[in-house]
Amino acid sequence: MSYLDNEGAPAWKAWLTTTDHKRIALMYLSLIAPLFLAAMSLGVTMRIKHLHGGDFLISAQTYNELFTLHGVVMIFMFVIPGLATVFGNFFLPILIGARDVAFPRVNLLSVYLFAAGCALALFSIVTRGGAADTGWTFYVPFSVRTGTDVSLAVFSVFVLGLSSILTGLNFIVTTHRLRAPGMSFHRMPLFVWASYATAWIQVLVTPVIGITMILVILERFFNVGLFDPAKGGDPLMYQHLFWTYSHPAVYIMIIPAMGAVTEVIPTFCHKNVYGYKAIAYSSLGIAFFGSLVWGHHMFTSGMAELADMIFSLLTMIVAVPSAIKIFNWTATLYKGSIELTPALLYALSFVFLFAIGGITGIIQGALAVNVFLHDTYWVVGHFHYVMFGGTGFGFFAALLYWFPKMFGRMYNPKPAYWAWALMFVGFNVFYFTFLVLGTMGMPRRYYAHLPQYDTAQLLASAGAFTMVSGILILAGDLVWALFKGARAPDNPWGGMTLEWKTASPPPKENFKERPVITSGPYEFNPGRRA
Amino acid sequence: MPFLLQASSLSVKTDRLFLASVAVCAALLMVVVFFIVYFCVRYRRSRNPEPVDVEANTALEIAWTVFPLALFLAVFYFGWTNFRYLRDVPQDAMVINVTGRQWAWSFEYPNGKQTPELYVALGRPVKLVTHTLDVIHGFFVPAMRVKVDVIPGRANYVWFTPWLLGDFDIQCTVICGVGHSRMLSKVHVIPEADFKRWYFSDEPVPKLQPVSARVPAAERGLAGLLRAKECLACHSLDGSPSVGPTFKGLYGSRQTVMGPGGRSQVTVDEDFLRRKLSDPQAVQVEGYPPVMPPARLSERELDSIVRGLKGL
Ligand code: HEC
Ligand code: HEM
Repeated sequence: MSYLDNEGAPAWKAWLTTTDHKRIALMYLSLIAPLFLAAMSLGVTMRIKHLHGGDFLISAQTYNELFTLHGVVMIFMFVIPGLATVFGNFFLPILIGARDVAFPRVNLLSVYLFAAGCALALFSIVTRGGAADTGWTFYVPFSVRTGTDVSLAVFSVFVLGLSSILTGLNFIVTTHRLRAPGMSFHRMPLFVWASYATAWIQVLVTPVIGITMILVILERFFNVGLFDPAKGGDPLMYQHLFWTYSHPAVYIMIIPAMGAVTEVIPTFCHKNVYGYKAIAYSSLGIAFFGSLVWGHHMFTSGMAELADMIFSLLTMIVAVPSAIKIFNWTATLYKGSIELTPALLYALSFVFLFAIGGITGIIQGALAVNVFLHDTYWVVGHFHYVMFGGTGFGFFAALLYWFPKMFGRMYNPKPAYWAWALMFVGFNVFYFTFLVLGTMGMPRRYYAHLPQYDTAQLLASAGAFTMVSGILILAGDLVWALFKGARAPDNPWGGMTLEWKTASPPPKENFKERPVITSGPYEFNPGRRA
Repeated sequence: MPFLLQASSLSVKTDRLFLASVAVCAALLMVVVFFIVYFCVRYRRSRNPEPVDVEANTALEIAWTVFPLALFLAVFYFGWTNFRYLRDVPQDAMVINVTGRQWAWSFEYPNGKQTPELYVALGRPVKLVTHTLDVIHGFFVPAMRVKVDVIPGRANYVWFTPWLLGDFDIQCTVICGVGHSRMLSKVHVIPEADFKRWYFSDEPVPKLQPVSARVPAAERGLAGLLRAKECLACHSLDGSPSVGPTFKGLYGSRQTVMGPGGRSQVTVDEDFLRRKLSDPQAVQVEGYPPVMPPARLSERELDSIVRGLKGL
């Protein structure tokens, strides 16, 4: 009997009180997917606005609230929790042969906290002050002085952080305690490694953002003066605290996506992944070095030059494990038997777009160049390459890969190819133009732009609209498949990891009998080696 | 602003590093893309139905760890040395206080003059020290490649030596409220004589001539070319002093220059002129600021300038 069966209980009760990790994953998905589409439409509104350089369509105040909400939703409600809560929750236990996560009730609590956090942020739109207009970074002193409802927005981030910590804790304990007999660390699928590394970052750094957000609230209500030089405080302290979390957070966003892509590539090459250990340990390397580079967001802030130098150096070093992964993925294709299914296509697009995100990061990590590019559209282009080209495409690849397993239905691959073409072309037109706009000096978070940017702004918008039409087609295809898709076989792709050895959709508690592991995760061709 | 317009000495250095790292990174990317596409075609299922597992090769793994690391460290190193240059203000820079508030800039000169837009003399270094009356702002002049956060309680600075006459945008780069995108101003680079005249007068702001008219009256021949190439922004033809040495009587004179081999005496001849014009930073005349920008000259233009200078 599949996990989707309510067994006679009323549906609302069966879902809202469930402790099944797979149902919880779907609860997350049902929150995250609409939020993503909503935040995307905010982005589209901004792109429509920039069809015109001056006042157009919306007011400057609305624009500032739009990019803040867009940023907050995309960061804290899509890319940070996205892969971990949906695919991590669903597949981490299955991939290690467990029946559930270690603390199923805590898992339910964290989904409720997540929902509460989202609700708070959305609620701030209708409160008296209106949605925050500070950008998702909430820099003081502006965030303390503005009349908009920053307190509610940062409190929402606090609550979302709590949810994230609980999920991380759950994953760490699950990975350590619930592996099936024979599943040593070096036999774990790489998505598990990635989720495990991510979970550590979540647990270790998320408290910092929680505290920082509370400090902002304290400042707003009681004017304590922690960040106010007139009272002996320092605004830079806020920035340090903020980025101590928010830089590692970009690795919370990207590592699970890397993990998912590492599952997709070997399956559709029908061969073992190249450099298992290199990929596994580079996740840990990223997690470690990634926690030490936050200062590269502050090169123009006037902090000590020695600090600038060290942060720049570490930034270059943290790029190396990512480069290693890219080379290993590429090498995995070598001598494979490659089926360019939609899932693989999105996964390879992930590699390409993430690589561009990475190299633009290297370029802007050089101190002198950073002084030029910081806070321009270049940076906006860079982080969309990483977060949307990377995490976003990784999310789509994972969804296309695991959809039949999660819902027991097949989608039609044709629209997924078309959607890919539109998204991929549109994406690059959009964000590559952003990179160029940045080198022309276009600052970020601008409602109005100067006439010299008109042409490029227009081009970027055209790219954005193309990309979004692709996203909508993909969404339509999947929603259609949800209801009308053909029944999925247990192992439609010929995968080797444990999720393909149980039913589609999986039964409650995942396996009829506990699997026993006798080999590595990707033994597609035992005995056939070069 | 035209793409990568270079209006200061910093801009050339920054762009060189920027373009070099773009080239290196793009090459690296192309290699990866080539292999991905090639493998997808060569090993597609219909052509290669039998996959083969490939053992990880330690030498290869080490190579593709060390090689990018070396490249990235090079990018870091030049980023750092150029950054040192950005932070290292020339002794003779004029100090101007920049104050940001929601949502306007103001500039205060050493003699107390205050302007809403920034006026600077061509070829003369300026140091801008930043202050804010309220929240954080970002002071950014794209054409000069300088940017700094304007932070309460902190006197941050930038410096540059303008080497193009013109009007350049100043934009705020840190979100500071509803007027953020309209917190704009301009840097006006004007000839030093005009700047001085204004600076010591009672006029609140200099009367601006159109950029094309900011260089003295129309000239023909050599002068036209020198003007078109902006040389006359810093050099005179008639012996009058300017940012750089005058061209009058230059050919055949003896000069003390600083070059790769330290200080030496040279006679200005064809060879020297060609060397100087193809890489102005390589040899520098003593007693002048090292601000001459690289001139983009074709072979023919170079020839006619050298010939022209001979005749002056
Ligand atoms: C921003 C100001 C500036 C501009 C524009 C400029 N120069 Fe110079 N130039 C200088 C300065 C300052 C020096 C002296 C210091 C040095 O050698 O770098 C100099 C030195 C020279 C010398 C060597 C003079 C000697 O005494 O040996 C030559 C020749 C010269 N410039 C030619 C040109 C030409 C030709 C152009 C136009 C293509 C040009 N410069 C544009 C500032 C400038
Ligand atoms: C994974 C998907 C995405 C993520 C994670 C993401 C994230 C972000 C973030 C963090 C910001 C900065 C907000 C700020 O400066 O405070 C931003 C800005 C922006 N995004 Fe997105 N975004 C995504 C997708 C999109 C889409 C689909 C569009 C449009 C079609 C879009 C358009 C924009 C625009 C126009 C800006 C504003 C730039 C500015 O004014 O500075 N983004 N995005």
